[in-house]
Amino acid sequence: MIEQQYIDLFTQFREELDAHSVKGMNQHRDAAFDTFRQIGFPTSKQEDYKHSNIVRTFDTDLGLNLRNIPIPVNPYDAFKCDVPNLATHLYFLINDRYYDRFQPEEKLPEGVFAGSLQRFSELYPDQFAAHYAQIADYSDNGVVAYNTMFAQDGFVVYVPKNVILEKPLQLINILRGGVNLSVNRRILIIAEENAQVKLLVCDHTVDDIHFVVTQVTEVFAGVSAQVDVYELEENSEKVTRLNNLFSEQKDNSNVVTSSITLHNGYTRNNYRFRLLGQHAEAHAGGLAICDKEQHIDNFAFLDHVSPNCMSNELFKTVLNDRATGVFCGKILVEKDAQKTMAYQNNRNLLASDSAQMFSKPQLEIYADDVKCSHGLTTGQLDEEALFYMRARGIDKDEARLLLMVAFTRDVVDMVRIESLQERLTNLINKRFRGELMRCGSCNVCI
Amino acid sequence: MTSMLKIKNLHAIVEEKEILKGLNLEVNQGEVHAVMGPNGSGKSTLASVLAGNPKFEVTRGNILFKDRDLLEMEPEDRAREGLFLSFQYPVEIPGVSMVNFMRAAVNEQRKYRGEDPISATDFLKLMRDKRDLLGMDSQLVNRSVNEGFSGGEKKKNEIFQMAMLNPQLAILDETDSGLDIDALRVVAAGVNKLQTKENATIVITHYQRLLEYIKPDYVHVLYAGKIVQSGGPDLAHELEKRGYDWLINP
Repeated sequence: MIEQQYIDLFTQFREELDAHSVKGMNQHRDAAFDTFRQIGFPTSKQEDYKHSNIVRTFDTDLGLNLRNIPIPVNPYDAFKCDVPNLATHLYFLINDRYYDRFQPEEKLPEGVFAGSLQRFSELYPDQFAAHYAQIADYSDNGVVAYNTMFAQDGFVVYVPKNVILEKPLQLINILRGGVNLSVNRRILIIAEENAQVKLLVCDHTVDDIHFVVTQVTEVFAGVSAQVDVYELEENSEKVTRLNNLFSEQKDNSNVVTSSITLHNGYTRNNYRFRLLGQHAEAHAGGLAICDKEQHIDNFAFLDHVSPNCMSNELFKTVLNDRATGVFCGKILVEKDAQKTMAYQNNRNLLASDSAQMFSKPQLEIYADDVKCSHGLTTGQLDEEALFYMRARGIDKDEARLLLMVAFTRDVVDMVRIESLQERLTNLINKRFRGELMRCGSCNVCI
Repeated sequence: MTSMLKIKNLHAIVEEKEILKGLNLEVNQGEVHAVMGPNGSGKSTLASVLAGNPKFEVTRGNILFKDRDLLEMEPEDRAREGLFLSFQYPVEIPGVSMVNFMRAAVNEQRKYRGEDPISATDFLKLMRDKRDLLGMDSQLVNRSVNEGFSGGEKKKNEIFQMAMLNPQLAILDETDSGLDIDALRVVAAGVNKLQTKENATIVITHYQRLLEYIKPDYVHVLYAGKIVQSGGPDLAHELEKRGYDWLINP
């Protein structure tokens, strides 16, 4: 059993784990451990993991940095932005630890906290207890259970009532190490009533070793709050990224997420949205560009609990070479969720004969007065459009590129930071031109 | 007279069916030719073959464009050499803006001629001038290529692109279809303004209507993949009066 080594490790190093973390996180470990022992990692025998065999990625010798041995890197030097008018508050996680030797110079508005999860648990124990591991349900998710067992730190942004953070926050996750590593990080986003926050999370790999990363993000959007979470992955091909985002929304709140996979190895993104309050809106975007042997699996679950809510999903995939893509979109409209509007779109482009896409929409509707729709297409570039462009003198390769960039347009349009839209368009262009082979410098700062 | 286009014994197939069966046509600089014919005679196939649509295969014959072998050239090189096809059914390209599309096309042409890319100011001015020539709504050029355009707007957009690229040989494939009389006048006036002693135009049409506005020097009747009759402008009038039947079943 692949899980056994992690069960042993947890039992053996439990004290170390606790000693280098905080009480608030430690007190969730036992329950998670119990669940993990029962259910283990998901296997491809389970319907929701049919096309992503993630358990095998744990079947290697992975180290865990439980004692928090500092990893020599100065992220701010290594990842200096070359773009003028740097318009974010910048933070770093090195593997799964908050990097506290660098702090943004600019002060955040009164009452706002952005930084280490450990520190947050000390400064705001009540807030921490009310939110940490409260919606990241692991009862049927072994990866989240595993993360809850081993996570020791992470990043948090807390925006109190009526505070609007105009400037986006940017969190850069850096993977560094000398041996193959299991990295387990947490992100917590709390926006109280009428608060607004935008967070961009960028993933980079520095070292050419295997990383298996589990990331669990919890998003709490209070009444009339607005939360944007943009995730941009530019990891190396040796990285497995198992990402789980849970979001809960109160009345009139508005949450936008977008997961942009520009370069990766093996990625599974789980998104789970619960629309608890009335008139809440959730917009979930996703774009993956994969080639070679890269694998992307986007799984989105939208749970309409209350009436009068709106959800909109748009996931797009561009696959070349032997890349594989998976999309599953679940919409659950519960009995009381009348007047729900739920839209789901999944569009995929196959640029080679050996690329494969598996796509599955799933709608479960228990209310009778709702508007729900889903659309799914997987196809090739439009030959007629290609010829039309060539007939105007545009080179065949250039025409293909323009069409592929055009295909990604509406996902980029969902992003509510204009400078990030431009930056993304640029990066997407570079990606299709083959100029974004491997990360290692900061391509992403906005 | 400098030769623009020489088509000799052209045979072409699409989906294994032979459509063109030995077509001959010569066009010189400064001339306007009309190719007419009933439905299914091969008019649009001729246009597609000239532009290099990969769906069509030439099985016999040859085509010289400015004394060079046209069939050896990729579609994009034909365009850069100055051949332009106004599509019967312009293609919608969501996500590619007209501005980016035209800038790419203009710059590819300039690169081919060894010129620097056009400056932003010059490009915007060029767009504005040509847009005015066709009386196009300024909003249209800010949208995606042909996306959501009406039939008439699409056809105007074809001639707008032609004006932007200033071709040596323009082939107008059923440009009049889908146009109301006012739009037809505007489009025809645009084409006439672009016609000079140095370039040439082939107007492919089913009806004589367009030829009221674009005066051809020569009229050809295409039937069953061949030119069966050629003549002056009067031939168009005769076709209008008598139909095609007297030529097909003499």
